Amino acid sequence: MANLTTNFIGIKSPNPFWLASAPPTDKAYNVERAFEAGWGGVVWKTLGSEGPPVVNVNGPRYGAIWGADRRLLGLNNIELITDRPLQENLDEIKMVKRKWRDRAMIISLMVPCDEESWKAILHRIEDTEADGVELNFGCPHGMAERGMGSAVGQVPEYIEMVTRWVKTYSRMPCIVKLTPNIADIRKPAEAAKRGGADAVSLINTINSITSVNLDSFSPEPMIDGKGTHGGYCGPAVKPIALNMVAEIARAEATRGLPISGIGGVTTWRDAAEFMALGAGNVQVCTAAMTYGFKIVQEMISGLSEYMDSKGMTSTADLVARAVPNVTDWQYLNLNYVTKAQINQDDCIKCGRCYAACEDTSHQAIAMSEDRTFTVKDEECVACNLCVNVCPVENCITMEVLPKGALDGRTGKKVEDYANWTTHPNNPSVAAE
Amino acid sequence: MQNSLFTPGVVQARLSDGELAQNFADISPMLEVHEARVAADRCYFCHDAPCITACPTDIDIPLFIRQIATGTPDAAAKTILSQNIMGGMCARVCPTEVLCEGACVREMAEGKPVEIGRLQRFATDTLMDKGIHPFTRAPATGRKVVVVGAGPAGLSCAHRAAMLGHEVQVFEARAKAGGLNEYGIAAYKAADDFAAREVDWLLKIGGIAIHYGKALGADITLAQLEADFDAVFLGIGLGGVNALGLAGADLDGVQNAVDFIEGLRQTDKAQVAIGRDVVVIGGGMTAVDAAVQSRLLGAQNVTMVYRGPREKMSASAYEQEHATSAGVRIVYNAAPKAIHGTGHVTGVEFTYAGGDALTVPADQVFLAIGQTLSGAPSLLDGKKLKTNAGKVWTGGDCAAGGQDLTVTAVAEGRDAATAIHAKLMG
Repeated sequence: MANLTTNFIGIKSPNPFWLASAPPTDKAYNVERAFEAGWGGVVWKTLGSEGPPVVNVNGPRYGAIWGADRRLLGLNNIELITDRPLQENLDEIKMVKRKWRDRAMIISLMVPCDEESWKAILHRIEDTEADGVELNFGCPHGMAERGMGSAVGQVPEYIEMVTRWVKTYSRMPCIVKLTPNIADIRKPAEAAKRGGADAVSLINTINSITSVNLDSFSPEPMIDGKGTHGGYCGPAVKPIALNMVAEIARAEATRGLPISGIGGVTTWRDAAEFMALGAGNVQVCTAAMTYGFKIVQEMISGLSEYMDSKGMTSTADLVARAVPNVTDWQYLNLNYVTKAQINQDDCIKCGRCYAACEDTSHQAIAMSEDRTFTVKDEECVACNLCVNVCPVENCITMEVLPKGALDGRTGKKVEDYANWTTHPNNPSVAAE
Repeated sequence: MQNSLFTPGVVQARLSDGELAQNFADISPMLEVHEARVAADRCYFCHDAPCITACPTDIDIPLFIRQIATGTPDAAAKTILSQNIMGGMCARVCPTEVLCEGACVREMAEGKPVEIGRLQRFATDTLMDKGIHPFTRAPATGRKVVVVGAGPAGLSCAHRAAMLGHEVQVFEARAKAGGLNEYGIAAYKAADDFAAREVDWLLKIGGIAIHYGKALGADITLAQLEADFDAVFLGIGLGGVNALGLAGADLDGVQNAVDFIEGLRQTDKAQVAIGRDVVVIGGGMTAVDAAVQSRLLGAQNVTMVYRGPREKMSASAYEQEHATSAGVRIVYNAAPKAIHGTGHVTGVEFTYAGGDALTVPADQVFLAIGQTLSGAPSLLDGKKLKTNAGKVWTGGDCAAGGQDLTVTAVAEGRDAATAIHAKLMG
């Protein structure tokens, strides 16, 4: 069985599955249950400065969207950082870490954006024997209105400044957690790196309103008739998170910067995808909040089985394997020609491919009297929509035309690799 | 006195009131809201969907299922009822396994079709339970349409004609409307007096008057109707039954299955006498309904005997399985030869296709060998009625063409009303 032991910026854990800083990691009771279930590490729910703890709303904190059979696809929350006294958290962190030496224990922090506040909190946590800190520059709700969380994360200069303070006043490894509520994720990552961060973690939650109650006309989750934007997470955000992780992994300025992948990790497969795109480990929250801590056992067995099947002996063999294949549109091979092909044995004759292609695409699927659906190669642009809407997996496949084959649509033979940068229609090529 | 499964002869109350109530309860209750959402989500919303083609009334099934999935069952019901005003009953009695669900692509894909029938019932019951009738009448045309027979065909025609603005008079031979929905469907398929409730709901459209106890031929004549009305629709069903033509058919204990089924619908179940050893002769839905309900009343041995092979039986495979799971023994390829007994039946003798003899003991025998036109005017097309070129239209079981199904009757009634409207207003 593959060895899942992970060394992330010097922090060891028996597997790459950590619980993200969030409600599941708010206190010793939950964290110990997580460790008993097998989680490799936790990022303790964000601590704030000494003083009266923050307060939370006393109505709903979560909103959700669902798929069929109420499968939870996306969750939104307006819970703030820990609302328990600082010392209570610190005592529990120390107690749990001493009891669970082999697990990673990271403390998430969010204090006002001044040097004294950061110096003070770092001093307070020194004694906990925790393995590292994560700077919460991500939460988009509540705390951002007070100049913290994503209010910092949206200004690269602040990220750099605070990270530098943390590296100055603490010897602990430092992970900077990034907000996705920004135009270009590479900028805050670069800032974190400049400030001396050992790693970045992303994504934090996305600003969102999950739904609107059409009787009371209030956004959800609703508090006394009103609602506010909350942080969106869960399976629905994974594609956004994957892209952001990949952007940092492949950018010149941040290449090699360790990444802790977050955003809708629900199964081992999700975790493996994040890792292939450059994440050294992953952090999970919504899946645990939906199904409980036991899901980590599927993640562990699934990743092990996958790695064994690929002959990978350590997670390092997987990390960043897909990064070289993430490129810009302009470098995609324009001479890679495929055609949809419908396997008649698998086809159940629902006609969804036909409706999609006829109504919204290129009229490249023919339908016969007896509901036989076939692709018209001379019309097919290989958009893949039919594949995506077909309810039968692998019934429709995209078949590659070999070099020299005639593309019935263009009337041209398939040639060698060529991309937009050299295409005659490209104005910048023509200008030369 | 309480009898048991073992009491010989044809007796009442073989089962307790509680057991009878349980046996005749709704066979497939309405889906809960969440169940309906989950079931609806399985629909692929097929292009030019095969289920629509398979439905004699052409209900836009993918659309109504999507309306359920998005939380608007009333809109779903309107989609259904606009094509099939008896969508509520059809949801209960249609042989969906050979119609919409049989054509469902998921049936092909995985042998588990979308539960179209149950979803249809969810939508129509949701709307009807609120007492909503979603249709209104067009401005009065001043034209008068007469409908003979208040069964599915007649009521469907009456509703559509009334909706189009015509004034409708209905003549019904019996004391209640509904036709086979009221008198001929197995009790557990139309529990809680659904047939009567559906008729009441249907009549909310207005403009329809029903005259009971008026039979064609006896109380009214086609010639008079043609003289008095602008258009005539005949949906008189099949009032007669085929004769067995064997000695012993007049013995006590031998009865037409349709009469037995009708009695069950109109009587307290504890008052219905049933034999210990019941034989049902026939292979259609009526035979299945009689056989299954005999078991539900507490008959110990119920044997259904069909002269042909399994695949020729007009009861679907699903219905046959329903019968056998209710404890009915089905014998194929055996033709009735004689009914034995002195005064009261004691058994039925059959001959297998291969020539072997079979005698099944019986203290009650139900004949379910098909129904036939009776008391019909001379508009014959073979053994059925036909629509003439003048002002008489026909539909339902009495009419030529189409299967003898509730849903076919509804389609024919609806289409006749549309044709009548075109003719009268053209």
